[in-house]
Amino acid sequence: MSKNGQKNGDQIAIEVYSADGYDFVEEIASEPGGESIRSCHQCGVCSGSCPNVLWMDYSPRKIIALTRAGKRKEVLSSNSMWCCATCHLCTVRCPRGIEMPELMHVLESIAIREGLAGRVSAPTMQRTLVNAAKRQGRVHELGLMGRFFLRTNPLAALKIAPVGLKLLLHGRLPLRAEKIEGTDQLRAIVKEAQKIEGAE
Amino acid sequence: MKPRIGVYICHCGANIAATVDVEAVSEFAQGLDSVVVARNYKFMCSDPGQNMIKEDIENLQLDRVVVAACSPQMHEPTFRRVCEEAGLNRYLFQQANIREHCSWVVPDKEQATRKAKALVSSAVRRVALQEPLEVREVGVTPAALVVGGGIAGIQAALDIAGAGYKVYLVEREPSIGGHMIQLDKTFPTLDCSACILTPKMAQAGSHPNIELMTYSEVAEVSGYVGNFKVKIRKKPRYVDESKCTGCGVCQEKCPWTADSEFDMGLSKRKAIYTPFPQAVPNVPVIDTEHCAYFQKGTCRACEKFCEAKAIDFEQTEELVEVEVGAIIVTTGYDAFDPSPIYQYGYKRLDNVITGLEFERLCNAAGPTGGRIALNGGSEPRSVAIIHCVGSRDKNYHEYCSRVCCMYSMKFAHLVRDKTGAKVYEFYTDLRTAGKGYEEFYNRVLEEGVILVRSRPPEVLSENGKLIVQCEDTLADCQRRIPVDMVILSTALQPRADAEEVGRLFSVSRSADGFFLEKHPKLAPVATMTDGIFIAGCAQGPKDIPDTVAQASAAAAAVLSMIAKGKIEVEAATSVVNEELCSGCRTCVPLCPYNAISFLEDKKVAEINDVLCKGCGVCVAACPAGAITGRHFTDKQILSEIEGLLADIKPPLGAEAEAEVEAEVEAEVEAEAEAEAEAKPPLVSV
Amino acid sequence: MKQYSYFPGCSLKSTAVAYDESVRAISASLGIELIELEDWNCCGTTAYSSIDRLESIAVPCRDLALAEKKGLDLVTPCTACFRTFERVNSHLKLYPFLKPKVDKVLAAAGLEYHGQVKVRHLVDVLINDVGVEAIASKVVNPLHGLRVAAYYGCLLVRPRVAFDDPENPESLDGLLKSLGAEVVPFPAKSRCCGGSLVISNVDLALGLIQRILESADSNGAEAIVTVCPLCQLNLDAYQGMVNSRFGTKFSLPILFLSQLLGTALGIKPKALGFDRGIVSPDKVLAGHLQESVR
Repeated sequence: MSKNGQKNGDQIAIEVYSADGYDFVEEIASEPGGESIRSCHQCGVCSGSCPNVLWMDYSPRKIIALTRAGKRKEVLSSNSMWCCATCHLCTVRCPRGIEMPELMHVLESIAIREGLAGRVSAPTMQRTLVNAAKRQGRVHELGLMGRFFLRTNPLAALKIAPVGLKLLLHGRLPLRAEKIEGTDQLRAIVKEAQKIEGAE
Repeated sequence: MKPRIGVYICHCGANIAATVDVEAVSEFAQGLDSVVVARNYKFMCSDPGQNMIKEDIENLQLDRVVVAACSPQMHEPTFRRVCEEAGLNRYLFQQANIREHCSWVVPDKEQATRKAKALVSSAVRRVALQEPLEVREVGVTPAALVVGGGIAGIQAALDIAGAGYKVYLVEREPSIGGHMIQLDKTFPTLDCSACILTPKMAQAGSHPNIELMTYSEVAEVSGYVGNFKVKIRKKPRYVDESKCTGCGVCQEKCPWTADSEFDMGLSKRKAIYTPFPQAVPNVPVIDTEHCAYFQKGTCRACEKFCEAKAIDFEQTEELVEVEVGAIIVTTGYDAFDPSPIYQYGYKRLDNVITGLEFERLCNAAGPTGGRIALNGGSEPRSVAIIHCVGSRDKNYHEYCSRVCCMYSMKFAHLVRDKTGAKVYEFYTDLRTAGKGYEEFYNRVLEEGVILVRSRPPEVLSENGKLIVQCEDTLADCQRRIPVDMVILSTALQPRADAEEVGRLFSVSRSADGFFLEKHPKLAPVATMTDGIFIAGCAQGPKDIPDTVAQASAAAAAVLSMIAKGKIEVEAATSVVNEELCSGCRTCVPLCPYNAISFLEDKKVAEINDVLCKGCGVCVAACPAGAITGRHFTDKQILSEIEGLLADIKPPLGAEAEAEVEAEVEAEVEAEAEAEAEAKPPLVSV
Repeated sequence: MKQYSYFPGCSLKSTAVAYDESVRAISASLGIELIELEDWNCCGTTAYSSIDRLESIAVPCRDLALAEKKGLDLVTPCTACFRTFERVNSHLKLYPFLKPKVDKVLAAAGLEYHGQVKVRHLVDVLINDVGVEAIASKVVNPLHGLRVAAYYGCLLVRPRVAFDDPENPESLDGLLKSLGAEVVPFPAKSRCCGGSLVISNVDLALGLIQRILESADSNGAEAIVTVCPLCQLNLDAYQGMVNSRFGTKFSLPILFLSQLLGTALGIKPKALGFDRGIVSPDKVLAGHLQESVR
């Protein structure tokens, strides 16, 4: 760095030239559902279709462009994937037939694995749901909401408490959590899956 | 007498030699039965390579030649010619493919060399059994049929007619001109389309060598290269062409209207009509579905007012048969209909139009007299042009239609020029590869057209404006651009009846649906059916310069056939042994080329040598084994297999063979004994 | 009676219990028998595919393994469950290297799956197996021109569905018309309600919900008919929040297709779970139900 803290030409050159997305793209392409990232020709029809694009740090098309440019941290720590509602409007319009929501989910799984999804609360909700699904075999909404808000933002719970109350009064929010009989089967499935994935 | 075989192993530069040990293969070949000489050389297809073969044929009295090199698709004709030039019948040659079938697909050098040896051994055994065959010639009818009267067909017809030969130009619309006559201006020169096309149309209409058959369709094609017989159905115009003066009074007086196909439904025409004023021939037709006489038996105004008495309600369809030596298919393209793309609002929202509709709107002879106007009649103050509608899209057509970027920019220029409106072009990639095209792009930019790199997902209607919603991929932001008019630059697609037309002319189609050329680079206007050519957009989307070039190329190919006057016919055809044929007729319907007929008097099948392509279906199907495929006899094929399986060991001497046979027999006996012991004996009841 | 294995999904046992009730109530009249899959487990929806890729296939595969033993088509009214199971089937077909892994995982639980289960959405069964004409012939209480907006939701018709268009679907419109309802134009008919984003990003979801309610309301709808438990929850339970956030005054009852179907078939409202709706359907239905059914 120069005396006043500015980067010199060489340092900028190194940063620019070392950003290579080849490995990152191949990592995503090796996941089932991720291989279509190679086909994108950056037309932007996905971003133009997305109902939630204005909430995203980067639009869906930009996420692919950044991935190819090797901007791994920017992509994985962005909130873009977590704003995807999996509505598939992009998928039906993509001229290359890319299933963008599937790509988004692949990125989400990598982001969680590398601990880069801290800015958003969605992973907590999903993890809570998934834990209930794999342990009890059923999702208990009241429990899910409770745990989610406790872990993320208890004050936000107050905002939607009226909604919860109304649901409760209409018999749509059972108080007791259900459990299936075959929980040991689920446990075995999860254990074996984790063994296989761990070995890779 | 034993054959004298020469074997030549080609290095093909590094293509073969880098993987296959060519020295070892030629050494191996030298040791094969009946091989007099085996050589290897860098490029057998080159002059020195060819001369090597010729000299050996002369000096060593070779009577069979094997070249182990590339695919016969590439150079069989070359080496066959070499043999003939040295006095050897071309069917005494065999090519072993040690490139596409060996060095290019087997990465391991040892395995590739082993395979090459097997392939050479196979070819050597086969060629020893090959017989000389007589190459026949047939004459070429000095006339041509051109199917489709657009610019491609017109150009091809003029080229052939200009050389002094007869051309039948068949067009199913009432007039020639195709899609080009519908265009307003053509890129990049902005020539008026009709101005450059109508002189050619007039020439074609009046040329002494061109017989123009409009409002006609080809009904049947039979025959073979040089000798086609074509049945053409002339639909009734209900107007006598020989009497009609083209005065146009009938059209004026006719009270019945219909949507004008020429104007893309944007204006009306009469029930008796010529599609446009410069029609060639300038003879109207009666559209029976909208004519009151044909529907209800009334009116007959045209007949009343026709001074030349040319109206003939009794006219019937005419079937005409012509004989030609070659056929050029120039049936053009259909424009993609964007109705299935719901989100673009075509036919649902006002002022969303297609490319061809805009051409008509912009044309001085069109529905608005050349005014670019909205539905209500006023001029737009902003226009959006969306590229790639139906193209480059897995949901519709995966290919790029090639001309839309240019015609979109042409529209942009015309809109700016005529109305001064703001123009936004929505593109993904700009394809401006032709002569003067990039310069045209610069001009359009200088004229103030805004290009937005985006594929818009939707066109919405809000508060009287059309909103193009999109992500501007270069500025990296979401945009909602309000415009008055949206032009959809639609794809060029194969004609709706391409499948039937393909079958009619025995022309196949590529995966995109356009007609298939023989070779995309080296034979772009020929097809796999000899004597049938394709040109223009029937072969694939292209601009006018390329269309005209292809049309002339096809015409040149036809002229070369006609000028030579005769055609060689492939001799590797099939032949029926009449003594073995039992007259079961199994073969007759199986032939894909309709080459087999049943002789009622002799009660045997007969194969037409010229139609037969030697495909072998009849040979395989004949229950009596009465059909032989020349140059593909059972013995020849079996010898190839033996060669492949000889596994690079030279053939055993007679003694050694007898030993092996005895061994095998003993083994089989022992097995049978063991089985018999294990199983209880069968008890007959 | 055509038999099906029935997969209600977790929502139908809690927030969308009215859907479960009404589906069961109408099945007999429609000539279909729904046999609940024994000991089914939660499919995990899209959430699981963000957490763990292999588990997201294997865990719902347990349900498919159980269903395969019954040899019947697996029907679910929940769109998210439908797409989750469809994803399992298509992934196993598209990615051959996945099957041995999944086989191994299932084997650890003593299960196996051979890809033989056809997963169907309830709407698919109604339209293609029962048929609109057959349903119409059983209508005893036509809906007297009740103005409804048919809301498909996003996942029913996308990424693709054999019996309808992904951008401009019409199948439910046709079905509702045959019940005597007046189906209003509804541009947002297949736009996303936000799904589970209503929990993790409530502001985003409220915007989507508002757009859908606005589109139906401005076209004169008296009620919105939906076929997905999440859509119903979002449009119904959060309608109040939408009103306070955006200053709107929506009061649109959000009904399940099966509820209206049941009404038209003459089944009593109590059995159809109408009282579960947060936005009460009473006022709307009062005008459209025959005395005998009320």
